[in-house]
Amino acid sequence: MRTYMAGEASMLRPKGAGETISKAVSRGAGAHLGRTAGRPAVQITHLRKTYGPVTAVDDVSLSVAEGEIFGILGPNGAGKTTTVECAIGLRVPDAGTVSLFGLDPQSDRREIHEIVGVQLQSSAFPAKLRVGEILDMYRSFYRQPADVTELAEALGLAGKRRDYYRSLSGGQRQRLSVALALIGRPKIAVLDEMTAGLDPQGRRDAWNLIERVRERGVTIVLVTHFMEEAERLCDRVALIDGGRIVALDTPASLAARARGGKSIRFLPSAPFDDRLLTGLAEVTRVEREGRHVVVTGTGELASAVILTLHAAGLEARDVRLDASTLEDAFVRLTGTHLNEEEEQS
Amino acid sequence: MSLHTLTRPGAPRAAFGKIVLNEARLAWRQPAGIVAGIGISLLLLIIFGEIHVFRQHDARLGELSAFQVYIPILISFSIGILALAYLPGPLVSYREQGILRRLSTTPVPASWVLAAQLVVQACLMMIATGILIAVSVAFFGESAPGNPAGFVLALMLSIAALFAVGLAIAAAARTPGAARGLMAAAFYPLMFFSGIYFPMQLLPGVFQGISHLTPLGAAVQAVQDSMLGEFPPAAPLLVLVAYALVFGYLAKRFFRWE
Ligand SMILES: Nc1ncnc2c1ncn2[C@@H]1O[C@H](COP(=O)(O)OP(=O)(O)O)[C@@H](O)[C@H]1O
Ligand SMILES: [Mg+2]
Repeated sequence: MRTYMAGEASMLRPKGAGETISKAVSRGAGAHLGRTAGRPAVQITHLRKTYGPVTAVDDVSLSVAEGEIFGILGPNGAGKTTTVECAIGLRVPDAGTVSLFGLDPQSDRREIHEIVGVQLQSSAFPAKLRVGEILDMYRSFYRQPADVTELAEALGLAGKRRDYYRSLSGGQRQRLSVALALIGRPKIAVLDEMTAGLDPQGRRDAWNLIERVRERGVTIVLVTHFMEEAERLCDRVALIDGGRIVALDTPASLAARARGGKSIRFLPSAPFDDRLLTGLAEVTRVEREGRHVVVTGTGELASAVILTLHAAGLEARDVRLDASTLEDAFVRLTGTHLNEEEEQS
Repeated sequence: MSLHTLTRPGAPRAAFGKIVLNEARLAWRQPAGIVAGIGISLLLLIIFGEIHVFRQHDARLGELSAFQVYIPILISFSIGILALAYLPGPLVSYREQGILRRLSTTPVPASWVLAAQLVVQACLMMIATGILIAVSVAFFGESAPGNPAGFVLALMLSIAALFAVGLAIAAAARTPGAARGLMAAAFYPLMFFSGIYFPMQLLPGVFQGISHLTPLGAAVQAVQDSMLGEFPPAAPLLVLVAYALVFGYLAKRFFRWE
């Protein structure tokens, strides 16, 4: 079994802004820095968990670097929730080891709970507490908590603080749950299906928040079955199916692997002869899609293509690299479509 | 104290206050427990106080009036209904809804919610007791507990014993429905032996014997004696301690957090 190490950060990740919010949820000088410096944020080796006859997680190994956004992607029942809940000490693995910054989730519970913020896939709060009261209570659990007002604002809950939990919509409950995961300014945030039940706007808001949180160095483990979410946010993604990791790489490389190469799609500033690009070592194929050009190849494909065009006095506009092909990777590697179950449920 | 214990992580103490505050808010906003635990016994006290024959001293009741006999019974009723009906319910539904599970991922142990519940319920029990005593003194001319130290001790042990039984129900019940069923199965017999339907003095001796071994019967006995000015005898106090220890142990042994 290979243990995958942190890869280079994805270059597709957009730069977020929002100083105030990132200040609200970022952690100050961590009390545990001395003990935790230089270790992977998350290290899982040979994790195995069975429920009676069902093997939910089977020999999963992975390692998440500090500051990384790590995606765990797979269909329902793949073992994603079991994996992360073993990682945070909520479930006890049958075999294998888990360490978070060198700490053991079972024996170092107290330290773990201070540095890890979680959003569980299924969690509820008392129906007759107000949003503000819940936020306030959870805030009091931590030594260096985030600013409730700013956090509530970032998650679109500012106007809801006097509302009872039971009156919240599914999406609002979900956002409250994300807020509570971040309220202790964790070093690691584990978010299980963070955007399930959110409308597209709510989803984009949540993504923006996550990007701002990560800018402050927070490590994020993101469980999802949304391809778009994984591609947009994650530095690396583990594809899980049937309790096993079927692939682990950057979203772009996974996509490239799926089609046996990389591709760049662009709109040339002026017509040109295909032979300009087919002559390059990196290029295997040039296709036209209307006015767009799709170039497939290997290696430093994008820079080779763009530099060559530039040298010929051309410009590549509307450039897209490997867009929306993590889905292809998934289908190719697992033979299933990710969102099939979702449509039924 | 070593440096390690000084810097040892853990939840800030203020968190417990916040949890208690929210539990108190919930008790106030879902007032069934307050109505049952304080309202019913107060209403019965006033009704009994207005019934003429209940105020007459009766040789069969050891020269007490029925009203005087009922004061400790109603105090026990308040403690019993809060501990058996309104303590396990929220705990079981917190467990079922994953509220305890979510809490266990924070620096705060989930047991703090349970402790906060106990604080809130104990406050309600003491408020109920205070109101019952105050009303019987102010409006019905009864005297305050003759042995205050014995009264407080009897009250504390009664609360501890009934909490232990209530928590054991919360530990045994998987669902809020099961908790209600177990509660009913325990509550009505225990109330019978507290004497709320017929004061035990009016029943054959065997009933009194059983009553003294039940938590509410022992509570009534201890509270009654302390109200009459004596320090309660060892027997009911030991029975209450035994319930607190045995059921407390069972609750701790079998309570599930998820
Ligand atoms: N507590 C449990 N008891 C029994 N089976 C479980 C339990 N939790 C999960 N499973 C089973 O383990 C498998 C993996 O579940 P899960 O980790 O929740 O997957 P995912 O989060 O990827 O949807 C599924 O087959 C599920 O039915
Ligand atoms: Mg899941």
